[in-house]
Amino acid sequence: MVVRVLNLNQMLRLTAGRVGCLLSRRAVVGMTNSGARMSSHSHHEVSDQVDMSQPMYWDRLDTPLPDRAWIDVLDSKDKSLKQKEKGPWTALSKEEKIALYRLKFNHTYPEMKKPSHEWKTVIGGMFIFFGITGLVVFWQGHYVYPPQPHTFGEEWQAKQIQRMLDMRVNPIEGFSAKWDYKNKQWK
Amino acid sequence: MSLAKPAMRGLLGKRLRFHLPIAFALSVVAAAAFKYGVTEPRKQAYADFYKQYDATKEFNNMREAGIFESVRPTGK
Repeated sequence: MVVRVLNLNQMLRLTAGRVGCLLSRRAVVGMTNSGARMSSHSHHEVSDQVDMSQPMYWDRLDTPLPDRAWIDVLDSKDKSLKQKEKGPWTALSKEEKIALYRLKFNHTYPEMKKPSHEWKTVIGGMFIFFGITGLVVFWQGHYVYPPQPHTFGEEWQAKQIQRMLDMRVNPIEGFSAKWDYKNKQWK
Repeated sequence: MSLAKPAMRGLLGKRLRFHLPIAFALSVVAAAAFKYGVTEPRKQAYADFYKQYDATKEFNNMREAGIFESVRPTGK
């Protein structure tokens, strides 16, 4: 069974046709126009939806060789270069080799791995939501919670501790072990 | 540009030969640390406690404090 591994761009373009809402389509158009040179496709679809039955191109670190080359439709200059590629590669100049690479691939690995500023958005968004949650929790503590049980009061807590010491709770390693019974104080 | 041929075989064996002795040693260290850091002091604490323990005296102290329901403090 062949499994199509999609990146976010491809998945977004795929669902754009299904969802059909204005926001996602505008976002899709924005993303597909971001490259300096668009890959020239032979088909132009009305709804900017990826045809999943055709071989796809992708830039992925973990899957280095996509199903098709980046530039499909070659002009005459590229075609002649591809002809030259069929001969011995020692005859190719450095610029020609780079041109062939750029025909086959969109981004190089360093370009793919280039760090983005996304982490700032993520951390910022996190803190914003922490802040909103904090406000919600504070409002809740003031307006929603019932009064505390009487067992939380200072006097009751003191009586509770005294009773635990009287009962010798954990006298070897725990609670009562830390109390000095002779001098009636904590060790 | 001729690079050396990379290692094609024995990769798992090499990794195990490196990591297994370390894992074994660290496990032994962890066990020894727990034994001598936790269990031995605990055994000693219990031994020390019961060396000087007088059950009757402790009972009477607890009785006077008034926590029992079956035995009231003396004088009631």
